[in-house]
Amino acid sequence: MSGSHLGMPAFPRAAAVSTRDSLLRANLAHATHTIRDKRARAVAELDDWAQLRAAGAAVKDRTLRHLDSYLEQLEESVIAAGGRVHWAADAEEANRIVTRLVRETGEREVVKVKSMATQEIGLNEALAEAGIRAYETDLAELIVQLGDDLPSHILVPAIHRNRSEIRDIFRREMGSWGRPAPDGLSDSPAELAEAARLHLREKFLTAKVGISGANFMVAESGTLVVVESEGNGRMCLTLPETLISVVGIEKTVPTWQDLEIFLQLLPRSSTAERMNPYTTTWTGTTDGDGPRTFHLVLLDNGRTDTLADTVGRQALRCIRCSACLNVCPVYERAGGHAYGSPYPGPIGAILTPQLRGIEGSLEASLPYASSLCGACYEVCPVAIDIPEVLVHLRERVVEGGPVTRRGTRTVLKPAKGHAAERAAMRAATWAFDHPGALRGGMRLASRTRRLHPRRLPGPGRAWSDSRELPAVPAESFRDWWRRTRGEQRPDGSSTEQRGGVK
Amino acid sequence: MSGRDVVLARIRRALADVPRGEGPSDPPVPRDYLRVHGSRTAGQNVDLLAENLAEYRAIVHRCGPGGLPVLIARLLAERGARSVVVPAGLEPGWLAGAEVTRVPDVPSATARELDAVDSVVTGCALAIAETGTIVLDAGPDQGRRRITLVPDHHICVVRVPGQVVSSVPEALPRLSPDRPLTWISGPSATSDIELDRVEGVHGPRTLEVILLAAG
Ligand code: SF4
Repeated sequence: MSGSHLGMPAFPRAAAVSTRDSLLRANLAHATHTIRDKRARAVAELDDWAQLRAAGAAVKDRTLRHLDSYLEQLEESVIAAGGRVHWAADAEEANRIVTRLVRETGEREVVKVKSMATQEIGLNEALAEAGIRAYETDLAELIVQLGDDLPSHILVPAIHRNRSEIRDIFRREMGSWGRPAPDGLSDSPAELAEAARLHLREKFLTAKVGISGANFMVAESGTLVVVESEGNGRMCLTLPETLISVVGIEKTVPTWQDLEIFLQLLPRSSTAERMNPYTTTWTGTTDGDGPRTFHLVLLDNGRTDTLADTVGRQALRCIRCSACLNVCPVYERAGGHAYGSPYPGPIGAILTPQLRGIEGSLEASLPYASSLCGACYEVCPVAIDIPEVLVHLRERVVEGGPVTRRGTRTVLKPAKGHAAERAAMRAATWAFDHPGALRGGMRLASRTRRLHPRRLPGPGRAWSDSRELPAVPAESFRDWWRRTRGEQRPDGSSTEQRGGVK
Repeated sequence: MSGRDVVLARIRRALADVPRGEGPSDPPVPRDYLRVHGSRTAGQNVDLLAENLAEYRAIVHRCGPGGLPVLIARLLAERGARSVVVPAGLEPGWLAGAEVTRVPDVPSATARELDAVDSVVTGCALAIAETGTIVLDAGPDQGRRRITLVPDHHICVVRVPGQVVSSVPEALPRLSPDRPLTWISGPSATSDIELDRVEGVHGPRTLEVILLAAG
């Protein structure tokens, strides 16, 4: 990823731009509806889904309630298996550690497998500043990186791009990053995938350092698990000499047996498959097979602050399946970029304000980026009550109260008259101005959930496609972002980090 | 304070609400989910495996021990494969009929050298019927992880019904976390472009699974 989400505008402002983009909306609607239906079928195949879901939630809750013990156990197991463990209290520390580890190898290039944690901390930008090029290898991330863009969906980050845009990006940009796109490249997905295969193979075959995240870490054995589809994960995890995995501390599960729950919940919720094409598990290092050096960087960066909130901590159960995005009427209208972080949709609306604090105007507006219809809770494989946390965070924004920031408890003042409240009100107004979003939510709600009392009151004026405003001018998301944020900054300066060296 | 001390101290403060007496194995996890979905005979399990593998675009073949060398030779010839990576512990008889250059799985082989090899033939640790998954654990008949990753064509032999389990919960206790595992459910795939599924991105684009019946 070459852009950074830091300092994004508040949700309503960003959402207003993307709801005007009819192409984005059409792509998103197609994607979310397709995945939603497939997921429902994949889940219906298992009679014991409710039990698996309860067990998944219980394992995560147990782990979170004793996270200190489990992390110490994990550390011990990883070290015993030949790995090295580093702890990072925040993004800066994590970036510093990874940069140092890459420098120690003497390499200037790394291959990366899609990792939301490294997006969250802005690792690519930090590496670029140190003169290290990070190559994204997930097809969608490659599209995003080459297009000088930001991801918009957890599972399909380039869902806002259609095939001819992707072909144009490949033709234009591949050459300056490595092997150019083949002559006469068409816009058929198969040809585009082949172009990516050829382009990235050069990187895989020569890469000495791989950087990954992980879906799960098993405390008792020190095993890490990466679940993927394309095989770029396997390439990054097995071909380089050095592997660095940056993983949020909440990804821990206690036992090997616990994977029997999550390896059933995750693929069906995520890609709606019985099982995803590839899953890799590794424990430390193995003689003669795979990387000789393995570093695990355990990342806090706001997770312990989230843990300190007894209502909000359930957000840390999240296994990043993206099912909640695909059923969310607000996400479908607003698009992923509006959420201003690598975590879009309902999970982003509760995770981002907790990881970063609700003092900022984007963070304060996110808990309002929802109609509280409850569809996200219904599909969540670890039963996170997202509406409950949204309401809780709205209370914090409006009424203030105790919060933990970087490990220190403080009391937040009520936001009355404060910028945060205005931002929140604008978000609510945005939702009211888009009754389509609310209506979709209510339809789902009537089929699904009894959480009606907390729902926002009914919409105002009618909304139809004929009211659709002209499309935004053709420009890269980052250009748009630089321009619009440039306007917004009070001191007129630009803090845009130049990422992804070109 | 080190990053470690900072993070652990923050966690302990964050968990002030957790009662002192509560240990890491509390509260209990309800494990009343199913070990197996449905009831099937061993033969039905093999059929389900074949069906699920095929649905995710693996090419499935069946044969008995006598027919295996001929089948493998035919599959390699049909692809025009001239070279094959061979794990150190692969049954020598399996490749007896194939007229190909055998490339041993040695630690010194580079990824680029493997990239020039056409195919790889391996066994597996086990297969999971309900999900259509084969699992490799880098055992002697499977070799290093990269040999089933870089060549574009993978032939995997599953002994049936012996190596077939029903479900994910049945698979995990038979696998050791100490070994690097690769779970494979069909060839690599992507739906990143307008959600159109494209088979074969970075892993082997063709996965052929031979279900080898006991003699
Ligand atoms: S909150 Fe639940 S549904 Fe949403 S991504 Fe996380 S695990 Fe999936």
